[in-house]
Parts: sequence; structure tokens; C-alpha cells
Amino acid sequence: MSAHTVGAQPAVPTTPSRDAGAAGGRQRSAWLFIAPFAFFYLCFLFGPALYMFVASFFDASIVKSGLGNFIGLENYASLVQSSAFWSSMWHTLQFTLYTVPPLVVLSFVFAVLANRMPRGQTFWRLAFFTPYILPSAAISLIWVFIYTADTGLWATVQKWFGDDTPTPVLGTPSIAMVGIAVATVWWTIGFNFILYLAGLQDIPRELYEAAAIDGATPWQQIRHLTIPLLSRTTTLVLLLQIIASLKIFDQVYLMTNGGPGTSTRTALLFITDTGFTDYRIGAAAAASFLLFLVIVTIAVIRQLVERAQQKGA
Amino acid sequence: MNSHPPTPGPSSPLSRRSLLRGGLAAGGLGLVAGTAGCGSPLAAGLAGTQLNPGTVTFWNLFGGGDGARLQTMLDEYRRQQGSADSLVAATFAWGNPYYTKVSLATLGNKPPDVAVSHLTRASNLAAAGLLEPITDEVLALAGLSADDFSQTAWEASQYEGTVYAIPMDTHPWVLFYNTDVCRAAGLLGPDGLLAPIQGVQGWEDALTAGKEASGGFGATTATVADDSNNWRFFSTLYHQRDGSTPLIDDDGLSVTMDDALATDTLATMRSWVEKGLMPATVDTPGAETLMFTGRSAFFMNGEWEVTTAQSIEGLDFGMTAFPTLYDTPAVQADSHAFILPRMERSTEQLQRAMGFVKSMLDQGITWAEGGHVPTYLPIYDSPGYRAIEPQSSYADTVDYAVYDPAAWYSGSGSNFETVVGSTVGLVQQGLTTPQAAVASIRSTLETYANTPNPL
Repeated sequence: MSAHTVGAQPAVPTTPSRDAGAAGGRQRSAWLFIAPFAFFYLCFLFGPALYMFVASFFDASIVKSGLGNFIGLENYASLVQSSAFWSSMWHTLQFTLYTVPPLVVLSFVFAVLANRMPRGQTFWRLAFFTPYILPSAAISLIWVFIYTADTGLWATVQKWFGDDTPTPVLGTPSIAMVGIAVATVWWTIGFNFILYLAGLQDIPRELYEAAAIDGATPWQQIRHLTIPLLSRTTTLVLLLQIIASLKIFDQVYLMTNGGPGTSTRTALLFITDTGFTDYRIGAAAAASFLLFLVIVTIAVIRQLVERAQQKGA
Repeated sequence: MNSHPPTPGPSSPLSRRSLLRGGLAAGGLGLVAGTAGCGSPLAAGLAGTQLNPGTVTFWNLFGGGDGARLQTMLDEYRRQQGSADSLVAATFAWGNPYYTKVSLATLGNKPPDVAVSHLTRASNLAAAGLLEPITDEVLALAGLSADDFSQTAWEASQYEGTVYAIPMDTHPWVLFYNTDVCRAAGLLGPDGLLAPIQGVQGWEDALTAGKEASGGFGATTATVADDSNNWRFFSTLYHQRDGSTPLIDDDGLSVTMDDALATDTLATMRSWVEKGLMPATVDTPGAETLMFTGRSAFFMNGEWEVTTAQSIEGLDFGMTAFPTLYDTPAVQADSHAFILPRMERSTEQLQRAMGFVKSMLDQGITWAEGGHVPTYLPIYDSPGYRAIEPQSSYADTVDYAVYDPAAWYSGSGSNFETVVGSTVGLVQQGLTTPQAAVASIRSTLETYANTPNPL
């Protein structure tokens, strides 16, 4: 590579050996620039992940030193048979299914509407984005208050409409997750909203003017201009959203702590409970690895679908 | 390699390299400045030194009324020491999250000097090797001895023959009553206190009278958002029955619940809801509000809710032991205790920690006003405690208190309480049948029983 390198070559002719040294220097400096990140990556991501994978084959307990006894695939075998594990995986998926569609569709709708406001756009942008900058603890307090059984805001509203014994949202296994999903949509919609708004402002006005002159209705403009031109934003929003939803932890931990019973216990809650509360770090490691496999599978499927779409387009 | 950007000329006023170098130097200075004050957590973490030398750090799980009362006691300790810096206290959300923090902090070698634990949880912390033994010498540092404590609680503080906790109180599940409603319902005795209630029939009669007088309910207790409360209610009634066996035995290795008795107890609890004597879905604040505002005669919870009740203006209320509805007296209870998490301690540190414990025990009257039954005998036997009404009216419940069965997954706020309590709550709300609930409790507990013990 050295003798044929062009571009940043010094004008003075150099001997091949000195040139090789310069390239080596460049490579060294590249490594140096990567080093700080690589250090943290190895120490805090790759190292623990490797340790986790190894620990998943041991009956490791957090209160005992060392990894404990090698038990082969026993942790995996008992997890696969454990209804608690599968129900927590299902709850994570359930949360993802409840939150991703509204967070993508509604943020798009609100962005289109806010973008069309003739005045007061700043207010609307702020209104949708403000919840996003609040910490999860504040969000949880607000929504726990709203959902308080019998005396909360939502229960009071239901009573106005004649329901004397409103169902407590967070106390009922079948709808507790819906309650958390609603709170999450309100909380995080601002981020997708901003992404869409930025995408919308990149679309040249002339396109709409041309379409209007051709007699396209506003709906046709959205259908044939806005949606196709925002497809890259949609891909990004969708990916970020699915990953965020699969990582659900804070709101559930703070609003229901997995309850009532275990009906909102998500995969990450199951893992923290098993590893840190029950001290069973080996079993928790195995569960983490299974969750990792699920997330990788979903990411690969999404990649394949996108590739197929690009071929079709 | 042809995308490599041209090297900046030597004449550029501020090269990237000098900028970086300057930034590093500034950052380094900041780090030095940050670690210069030797009390900073960062410095202590880097050097592995004690966080606050000369200070007692204390972790607890007391919220609500207990928390407010504790603050007065902590302030008194600071006053005794003559320094506001003598104590750093932190309160955490109780239950599993609290015990997880205590465990992880101890494993990370940064535990507090003293922490609060339930006795039913302290045995597991001891089994995990996270606690210092409380030897006679340690007790003597604060002028205490084993004879200073009620015998039941002292025995419950031991794990394999060694004491690991200093019991502070016993906190039974009790019955609160609205005096005005009970008077209107004719439930008071000639002394103005609640007349004794006996048997399921007597209980239902009292609730019916209370419901008529209040126009709302006979009794209220949380059925949602408080799994432990559901468990306490169920455990109290179940253990009052002849032939009731512990739900789990052999340190949690076997499930020994009497399914027939459990099913019948749950069905009876549900029948009170179906008759309209108790609300189906209500949380603790809601259940309290109903009794406080005269829309219910009774309210059941731990005795610690007395502080909240006292803060309600114009509320005339009383407290008593939960009545015996079945064959033998029994109430669910636990004890708060002081523990010394395992760490390297100097004698001065240990002395300071024990001095703090002694100060808290000496302020037992303040603590007892919060509803708790003292286990420190100089307070329990004192006329001062007997004079606190209605808090001393259920002092004898300590004789028949039922603690949660021992297991690595059991104790106050544990998986065990969550599993059983949440299912009990579903029965009361009418979302599952007693039969299905007992089957579900059994199957979940069996999963835990078959899981290898991590301790």
C-alpha cells in the first residue's frame, strides 16, 4: 500500500522505506484514536459479556466467590422449562407490540400536523418533546398518580361517566402492561416526533406546490410525497424503537416492579431479579444470553426484510 | 488511503494536537481538584478508603409515618453527638429492592456501618455471609446483653446458633377502627373501646353493623398494589385454623400448604367482598381514606399506619389486635432489626455503630408511638410504653405472632410474599377462583422449592 499511496503524499520524493514508516505512523495514530473507546469497550462490554457467557454454564452465586460448579447446560435447560422465564420474554414482546406501532404512526401524524401549523410551531414542538426530557422516575410518579386505584385521576374520570368501581389499571394483570405502554408512548413520542419533523423540513416545498398545481388533494400529497420521501426516517425510527422497547426496564420497575404478581415482569426485570435479588448469577447469565439471541434474531430478520425491500424497489 | 485528509500546515494558530494536549491537562487538573478534598466519594472509591471517617452511615427502609418518626430519632442522635455530620442516613424503597442494595453494597465492600433488616430477611443475609456476628463482646460495647431483649425476637435473630441481628420491634398486622362509626353501629363496649369480636359469625355481624352505620363498607384493606398486605391478611386467617401447616417447610425445599384449608380461607375472604362488606379493588391509601372519612368501620394493615391516622384532623380512631375468627389466635408479624454488614472495621468504627444502635433503642418510646411493639425490654416493661394508647393495646400479640416461614426466597417483601400475596389479591378482586389460586400458588412455590439454593 505504501508506494502507491496518493493524495496526502508530500511533494518531495521519498524513499520507500521512509514512506512505509509514515503509513505505519498513520496506522498507529488510528489505533491511538480508537484506543480510548476500545479500552472501555473491552473492559465494560466485551469482557463482562464473555464472563456472562462463561458463567452461564456454572451454578454461580453472587454471594459465593468464584464461579461455583460447572453444570453444563443445566441453567439453559431449567430456563427453557421455566414458565416464569417465558412469560417474562412474552411481556417484553407484548410491550414492544403495544408501543412500537403507536410510537411510529402517532409521531408521524403529529409531526405532519405540527408541520402544517401556520403559527405557534415552537409551542407544539415543545409540547410533544418536553415529556421526553423528563427522567423515568418523574414519568412513573405522574402516571402512578393518574392510575391510582379508586381515587386516581383516571378512576375519577371513569366515575364521572358512571362507572362506580373502575378497574385499577396497574392492579389488574390483563391491563397493567397497557397502562405502562400508554405512559411510555406519552413519554417517548417526542423523540420520534423530532426525527420526523426534521425529515419533513428536508422535503422541498416546490414538490408540494407542483403536486397542488397538478390537482393532488392533501391526502394524496401525504400518500405519494410525504410517506415515500420519509421512508429512510421511518426505517431509522422503527429500528431505534424496536431496540428501545426490547430494553424496557425503568418504567416497569418503578410503576409496578413487575406486578401485580409477575404479570408485567419483563425479560430484563427477570434477569435482575434472578441475578441480584435471588443471587443466582449463573441462571441470570443464561437468561441474558437467551435474550441476546432473541434480539440478534430480530435484528437479522429486520435486515433481511430491508434488503428484500431494496431489491424490490 | 487517498481519502486521508491533508496534513494541516505548521502555521495553523491552534493545532488539533495542542488543543487536545491543553484539554487533557485541564481535565487532569479537574481530576486532581476533585480528589483533593479527601471526603469525596470519588477519592474514597479510588483509594479504597472509608467514605466518611468519623461518621456513622445508616441505611433503612422506613417510609411514610415511620420515616418521619425515624427522622426525629436521628436528629436526637445528632444532638447527642453534638454534630450534624455524625450521621449519614439514607432511606430506600423497602422489600426486594432494598435487600438487593444492601447485598450488592456489602459484596462491593462499601456497605453502611449499620442497616435495618427484617428478621425474616436477616437470616438469609447471614446465610449468604453478608453480616457480622453480634457477639456478647459486640453487645457489651454499647452496654447491652442478650437478656435485654424479648426472648422470641432474640431467638429469631439467630442463624445456626449465632446472633446476627439486634431486634428493634415486632410489627403485627392489626385492626384499626373508626370510633364514631363503631359507636353508631353499637360495636363499642362500656369503656368506649371496641367490644371483643369472636368467630367468623361475630366478624360478619360486626362488619354488617359497620356497613349500615357508615353507608359504605364494614372493613377495608388494600387488595391491589400491595402484595405483602394481601399475604398478611391471608396468613393471619390461615394460621388461626386448627391443622394449618406452614406453606413451605425444610427451609423452603418442600411445599407443605394445606390446600383444602387455604382454599376455604380464600373463599371466606372473597365472600366478604361478595356480600359488599369489603371493597373488591382498593389500594392502601384508598382503603385508609374510606375508614378515615367514616365510610368504613374498620381498616386492616400493619400497626405503622397509626402515624398516618393520627395526622388526620378530627379522626377519632382506635387500634386492637386482629380478632381471632377461627380456632387459635394468630397474626402475621415480623420484626425490624439492626444489622452490621460485613466489612473491615476498626474497634472505633464498631463502637460508634453500636453507640448509634443503643441510642435508637433508648429512643424506643418514640418508635413505639409509631405503633411498633418494642423488643428492647427496658422500654417494653416501662410505664411510659404502657401509657401509649392505643399503641400498647396489642402488645400481647407478640406471644402468638406468626413469622414468614424460612427459605432463601422468603421473608418480608420477598418473592414468597409476592407470589402468594398477588394471587390472594386476585381472589379478592374476583379475577380468579380460590381453587385456581391455590393451585397456582402451589405450582409457583414448587418451582422455587426445586430451584437450587444460591446461599
